[in-house]
Parts: sequence; C-alpha cells; structure tokens
Amino acid sequence: MTLSQADRAAVEAAARQIRIDTVRMVHAAACGHPGGPIGMADFMATLFLRHMNLSPETLHRPDRDRFVLGNGHTCAGYYSILSQKGLIPRDELLTFRKLGSRLQGHPHRTPDMGIDFSTGSLGNSLSVSLGMALAAKSNGWDTRVYSASSDGESQEGQIWEAATAAAHYGASNLTVLVDFNNVQIDGHMRDVMDVRDLREKYEAFGWHALDVDGHDIDAIDAALVAAREETERPSALICHTLIGKGVSFMEDQPGWHGVAPGDEDARKALAELGIEGAELEAMMA
Amino acid sequence: MIATPELAPLFDGVEPRKAATRNAYGEALLELGASNPDVVVLDADLSGSTKTKAFGKAHPERFFNMGVAEANMIGVAAGLASQGKVAFASSFAMFATGKAFEQIRQSVCVPELNVKICATHAGLTVGEDGKSHQMLEDVTIMRVIPGMQVIVPADAVEARQAVLAAAEIPGPVYVRLSRASTPVVFSDDYRFEFGKAAMLREGGDLAIVAMGVTVAAALEAADTLSTMGIEARVLNMSTISPMDVGAIESAARDCGAILTAEEHQENGGLGDAVAQAVVRTHPVPMEMCGMNGSFGQSGTGDELLAHYGLDAAGLVARAQQLLKRKQA
Repeated sequence: MTLSQADRAAVEAAARQIRIDTVRMVHAAACGHPGGPIGMADFMATLFLRHMNLSPETLHRPDRDRFVLGNGHTCAGYYSILSQKGLIPRDELLTFRKLGSRLQGHPHRTPDMGIDFSTGSLGNSLSVSLGMALAAKSNGWDTRVYSASSDGESQEGQIWEAATAAAHYGASNLTVLVDFNNVQIDGHMRDVMDVRDLREKYEAFGWHALDVDGHDIDAIDAALVAAREETERPSALICHTLIGKGVSFMEDQPGWHGVAPGDEDARKALAELGIEGAELEAMMA
Repeated sequence: MIATPELAPLFDGVEPRKAATRNAYGEALLELGASNPDVVVLDADLSGSTKTKAFGKAHPERFFNMGVAEANMIGVAAGLASQGKVAFASSFAMFATGKAFEQIRQSVCVPELNVKICATHAGLTVGEDGKSHQMLEDVTIMRVIPGMQVIVPADAVEARQAVLAAAEIPGPVYVRLSRASTPVVFSDDYRFEFGKAAMLREGGDLAIVAMGVTVAAALEAADTLSTMGIEARVLNMSTISPMDVGAIESAARDCGAILTAEEHQENGGLGDAVAQAVVRTHPVPMEMCGMNGSFGQSGTGDELLAHYGLDAAGLVARAQQLLKRKQA
C-alpha cells in the first residue's frame, strides 16, 4: 500500500517543516541537538500526521494515543510537529531552551501541549510507555502508545528490562520507533558501542520487529499499519536513518549530534531546505 | 503536632505485642484494592516478602509482577500513574530506591506522578542478610528529591494508616517498612496525620525525636530516664518530608536539647533533617543516634540495634551525654 500523492505531499511538507524549525530553534537557542530531529523528520511526520489521533480536539480525551520521546534531546523536532498539529503556538518555537519557556531543553510533561511525559534521561522511556500501554489495556481502551527511541538509547539496560516485560504482558498496543542512525555523541556506534542488529534482538525478546527505511514515507506508513494490525506482540520498527538527512554537511556527522549551527551554517542549512530570498533573510534577521 | 495519643501498653510489665510493618502494608493494600479501582500494584519478584502477593491474588488484573528489574518497575509504575492509576510499587528498600533512584527522580518526581513506593526490609532489622540488604541511606536519597514525600511508620498500626493515606496524598510518596516484627506502639485508636509529628510523651528536660523502629526504644529510654529524674519528651517523626518544623521548634524551645534516633545513616537522615529545622528556628544542643557512616553486618535485628547503640540503653547513654552539654 502506498500513499496517495496528496497524502505523501502533506507528510513530506511536514517533514521539511520539522527540519526547518529544528535549524531555526537550535540556531536561535545557540545550543541543542540538530542532527537527530532532522534525521527523524520523515518518520515523526508520518506518525503524527497519519497514525496518532492527537489534535487540539482529542487533546484531553483520556483514551487518545500517547507518545513518549525516549531520545528526549531530539525534542526540537517533536515541538515542531506538535506546533504543526496546532498544539504549540508557532511563535513559541523560538523560545526553545530559554528561561521561562515551556519548551524545555528536554521535554517536560505538559498536558496542555500534548507532551505526555518528561524525558531526557536515556533508557527510561520504554518502561514508561509500557506502563501507559498496560493502563490503556486495563481500561479496555484501544489507545496506541508510540515511543521513539534510538540506537544509542538501546545501550541502556533498562530498555531490555522493558522489552522483556512488554513481551511478557503482550503489550500489542505499544510500538517503538527506533532511530537507527549509527551515530552517538562520542562518534559512530561501531567505534563506541555497537548494538548490532536491533531487529534480531527485539525478535529474540518476543517482539514483532521490522527493519524500515526511515526516509521512505510509504515504507514507514506500511510498518505503522503492520504494527497496528499485530494483536499479540509489541512492535519495534527499526528506522534506518541518516543523521542530519537533508542538510548535506550534517549528514552522518557525529559532530552535529549536539552542536548548534552558527549564522553561516544556519543560512546554508535553510538554503538547502529550500528557503531563499526574502524568506531566508526574514528568518535570519 | 498531634497531641499525645493513646499508646499500646508497651512497657508496663506485659510483653509488648509485635507486628511487622510489611504485614500491615499487605493488609492496607487489600483494603485499597476493594475501595479504589484505580489502585494498581507492582512488585519485582519479592511479592511474598513485601506482602503484595495477597493483592495480586485478589486483583490479578491490577497486579504486575515485573520480575527482577526494579528500574523498569518504577518506570512502568510512572507510565501507569500518568494515565490516572494510583501505582504502588514494592521491593526491598535497598533495590527499590538504590537501583531505581534515577527512575524515581526522572520518571516519577519530575512529572509529579501518583507513584507510591512502599519499600520493605529497610534498615538494620533486616538482620542476618547483612550489609548488602540493610538499606541505611534510603531516607536520605528520597527526601532530597523535590516533591518526594517520605513516611517512616513507627509500627504496624501507623503503617496501615500511612499506606491508606499515601493513596490519597497527591504525588510521589515513599513509605519505609520493615521486615522484622517490632513492638506495636499505638493503640488502634491512633490516627496518623500526614505531615504531623505526634508527641508520645510529654517532658521538659530533653526531647527524643525518633522514626521507625527506634520510636519504641525512645519510649523505653524515656521510662528509664524518668527513674533517674529526667523527663524526656518523645516525638514520633513519621513524616520526615515534609517535616513538622513547628513540632521541632517547640521541642527545642521547651526542652533545650534534642536527641534524634533512627535505624538509618545520620548523614542526610532524620538527624540531619531535625538539625536543619533546629538551626533555622531555635538552636539548641543536639545528639544523633543513628548509623555514623558505616555499613551494617549480619546478626539478629535486636543484636544489631544494641550493637550500634540504637536500643533503649544506647539512647539513655546518649541522652545523658546530651544533658551534660545542655548544662555546660
């Protein structure tokens, strides 16, 4: 199943907006993590536009879908998609990481913005997501719980405690999307700590696990459909991505994990994302 | 402060009744299970010891055994609480707070969730298992986390009420419970009030501020001191965070000397907490009976309490030293 041209165009536009917003927010904050959210943009846009039933209308419905950003440092992209969904005012985005802002350097649980949990400490997210999934099941709700994680976060032992328990409890309403970009702060994963084949690992833990091209919107969408149709096991979608995808000088560069672009790099990045002329000058003003 | 409540007949010639606070926890959970459908219980493969097993049998759909994985247990409890559940999570105090400290801070206290960590086998009285299982730092590491509310019941009567109260108090709560059967201090008429110290005995020469199993020892010590003409006020400081500062200030003003007693490290524990309240309100000489920077060892609970000076005789000796400082 592939998306209609219009649907695909909508997701592509949202993904591009995530990339643009991320560059602008991290540039304005003069600190933060640009590479991860830019690499995750395609699967985050697909998830939030086509699968999660989160919107201003459903925000306070107790049985709506939930999302936990395990790799909380990538929150610029999360805030961007929430603003695109009408949950964060657009003009609030540039308060990111500033004193008094609701857009903390790592997400803080804020029901009014649809931020379902506080994260930032790697390893904690899958347990929390499992708790949400168990609560939904015990209430008889068809809530789906989505959790973003990463290859780096998979080095934390608690992820595997949670993976064991999620399979044991048959949490089929839980889906984790693992951003597998082969990069962590200290370098490429193969040089720091290779987690190897995460699909095989999740399968061995009793999960429904799929490898997915994390930049192929049709493939991501199909994998999310498959996760929804799975009725026995939790699902792990190992999304193979390129850190910084779409900004040539950030792609596959560990150095862009946690460094903000200066004026020149921000201008260059926005230009590569198709911003030009007066619009670019206004953004850089 | 709670006015002097009715006490159980502790040391009037009859053998005191003994009960374990962990058993009271298990009974309280059964009551909560029947009265509150939002209550869920998690354990980490110690449900027989922590006494959550009976809840699990009565309400299997609301009981989650997470296996030997405490960090995950706390995270799952936080996720459940974020969806409206009142999540009780139990293990031994060493593992519930030690292995899962970071999850308690990040996933429970930062988002201010209704997770009630009821940890058993705290302190020296776990006994023969020795130092690997004798958690003596849990109150310290729990009470420093913003928003964490810490209760250390003195006996089984108070433990039952504290657990019932924890279900009603908004936000994170830590309840410290014991393995061993310990003297029952209170009569069944006692009413625990969260955040309030209880004056168990009036006196004006010094105040003994105690928590947990040392409350019974403090009462026994006060009886002994009385035979020497020394009248000790005894305060049960079962809520250690937030602390009843007014009760401490009154004790300092009225008695002019304060002795703390705890089956826990003095560093960061009750001794430190009371000292903070004293220096901020009415500084007076203080002594602390607790663990003074060492780990425990194997032995029976009673042997260990005596060895480390936390029985009535130990408290009497320290009270006498304190009174010399007061009079100097």
